[in-house]
Amino acid sequence: MPVYLDHAATTPMLPEAKAAYVEALDVVGNPSSIHSQGQNARRMLEEAREGVAASLGADPIEVVFTSGGTEAVNLGIKGLYWARRNPAPERSTGQATGVDAAAPTRARILVPRGEHHATVDTVEWLEKYEGAVIEWIPLDADGRISVDALAAALGPDVALVTMLLANNEVGTVQPVAEVVALAARFDVPVHVDAVSAYGHIPIDFASSGLAALSVSAHKIGGPLGIGALVVARTASVVPLIHGGGQQRQVRSGTQDAPAAIGFAVAARAAHASLAPLRDRVIAGVRAAVPEAVLRGDPVDRIDNNAHFTFPGCEGDSLLFLLDVAGVSVSTGSACQAGIPEASHVLLAMGLDEDEARGAIRVTLGHTSTDYDVDVFLAALPGAVDRARRAGYSDRNVHATA
Amino acid sequence: MSGGVDSAVAAARAVDAGHDVVGVHLALSRMPGTLRTGSRGCCTIEDSMDAQRAANIIGIPYYVWDFSERFKLDVVDDFIAEYSAGRTPNPCMRCNERIKFAALLEKAIDLGFDAVATGHYATIVTDDAGGRELHRAAAWAKDQSYVLGVLTKEQLAHSMFPLGATPSKAEVRAEAAARGFSVATKPDSHDICFIPDGDTRGWLAERVGAEKGVILDRGGDTVGSHEGAHAFTVGQRKGLNLGVPSPDGRPRFVLEVRPSTNEVVVGPKEALDIAEIAGSSYSWAGNAPADASIPFECHVQIRAHADPVPAIAVVRPAVRQTQGTYSVPISGENEMVITPVEPLNGVAPGQTAVVYVGTRVLGQCTIHRTTSAVPVPVA
Repeated sequence: MPVYLDHAATTPMLPEAKAAYVEALDVVGNPSSIHSQGQNARRMLEEAREGVAASLGADPIEVVFTSGGTEAVNLGIKGLYWARRNPAPERSTGQATGVDAAAPTRARILVPRGEHHATVDTVEWLEKYEGAVIEWIPLDADGRISVDALAAALGPDVALVTMLLANNEVGTVQPVAEVVALAARFDVPVHVDAVSAYGHIPIDFASSGLAALSVSAHKIGGPLGIGALVVARTASVVPLIHGGGQQRQVRSGTQDAPAAIGFAVAARAAHASLAPLRDRVIAGVRAAVPEAVLRGDPVDRIDNNAHFTFPGCEGDSLLFLLDVAGVSVSTGSACQAGIPEASHVLLAMGLDEDEARGAIRVTLGHTSTDYDVDVFLAALPGAVDRARRAGYSDRNVHATA
Repeated sequence: MSGGVDSAVAAARAVDAGHDVVGVHLALSRMPGTLRTGSRGCCTIEDSMDAQRAANIIGIPYYVWDFSERFKLDVVDDFIAEYSAGRTPNPCMRCNERIKFAALLEKAIDLGFDAVATGHYATIVTDDAGGRELHRAAAWAKDQSYVLGVLTKEQLAHSMFPLGATPSKAEVRAEAAARGFSVATKPDSHDICFIPDGDTRGWLAERVGAEKGVILDRGGDTVGSHEGAHAFTVGQRKGLNLGVPSPDGRPRFVLEVRPSTNEVVVGPKEALDIAEIAGSSYSWAGNAPADASIPFECHVQIRAHADPVPAIAVVRPAVRQTQGTYSVPISGENEMVITPVEPLNGVAPGQTAVVYVGTRVLGQCTIHRTTSAVPVPVA
């Protein structure tokens, strides 16, 4: 079996989550049906919602299940944007909204650089088609957003702030509480993408002051195909998907009770700290390849993430060589049809293109062992040597001429 | 693995032959199209997925390697530059020379591989001394040895063509179907892969820039005008729109394209007959002849799908022709000179002349000079 060190991409299902999921698949009934079998399915679904809510410090009514993290992020950002830009009385509970027709259009979205593509592509879509004005907040060399720049950009005309709780590539934990406090001065809602942080740092939605927060089940040992947007009682979001009006009219569609049950079991499972093993990876890489550079905040990072750049290497060469050696890792950056691109996160942190291309992200999970780390560390020096020899595939033009 | 049937079967055969095989798809564009269109059989995301599905069935790992930057510099930009200079390049040969059997091969060797295997129809023969020779494929109609003629001894030593001995493409398709490849009936690709709609002239016009110029006859008289010299190819007859009829009323053909002066020269069909071609950029596909300065009998082929014709070839000190009357030697430089037994029709500078001895590819040169069989009439 290859050694799996890409848990941030997806992590194996917890055995107890899988068992509960499979068992629930045998239950007949649509949670929206009125008969007793429907009610039974509804009971299972709502118990699951309670479980997920408890893991996030949220009220069950605030948990809106989605098809996954990407849909949650889309709903959070587009939903808050539309609701803020065009506050429409018919979308609220019916009472007058008191919207001043002369109020400035709130079209500005504040977004840190280095966000996940679910966010980047969503805000760029809003910019292109919905009149949004995007303001990119810079990152420092550790990948942390500039709170000063964000404070300076805030104002009553801001539609929303959206940001990661922890960066999915380099693992840096973001100063969300500070941002929420600043945004509150202007009543600006904040959405947080907590997909990579969930299960690794404690989340208490009730005390967070957030308007909305996105999570995904398969990153914490639940099933694929389900996630959630937590929407504060006080926040309103315009739906993306219309239909039967399920889940507070916010997310129509027959609800997937078995997936929710699997999700809830994973959400309530104890997540042991991976920091000791992660620190072994970091120390081991530094010993094996002294020129490797740890990226992201060295201290304030999620416990499963070790991210390095290897000078003179292409990340995809390293990934290939480690794969051949039986170790699955990631370059951390997005691919278009498998074409590697220099990570926009690393570029936002001030790395140049060449440095950014040599990135490897190692992420641990509940199945990770010392043996996994040993195999990785044993394979690494040879892979780095080879990858460095191969160099950059877009160089040495005309070398054969 | 392009996503086509040939490379899929080649990969499967390499596995059957006992090699440790990894499937590699070359990303040659930073912005690939999503779906396959028209006659292009490569380079879209759909093609990449086709390649991956074939690799899945074979049971080999599959990766996409990005050579888009080098492909742009070495193939696309080179294609534009050559056309701008009035030459007619073959981008597939450039790609073989610079990308598939250079950038890809170098990276593969650096990463621990021994060879690149492709779905080209050609054969490699190992001689008694262990040297490699490049030969035509058994399937003459599909033979691609011409576009591989640029490969050197070193490149051939690390190349494999598992389809070379197969008598027909139909057999390759049948084998693909038997192996369960979804691409078994995928149409063959033709056209230039980086020109999406196959409209080479339109594509070039956007990049080279077109300026009005004159069309001359061989005596130097203006007989028409054009919208940009790059749009013409030696041997072209249609689309000249000449205002002045030829003296004998016979059709005229493009004889020469002069991008530096933006002139196009036309003349009678027989003036396209070329008695001699020469190229100072030449290579040997395997061991060089013992003494190439002694003229030797061969066949020469000047296009991928042209028939080979009997010729005499020799390597001798390069000359620069002046007015077609006398020649000035260029010190220290050699050129390959090929004299077809019968004059060749429609040869353009920039094309590659591949020299065969029997089925063997001996070598090639990029044509930089042609000599007409019909002297220029005295004005």
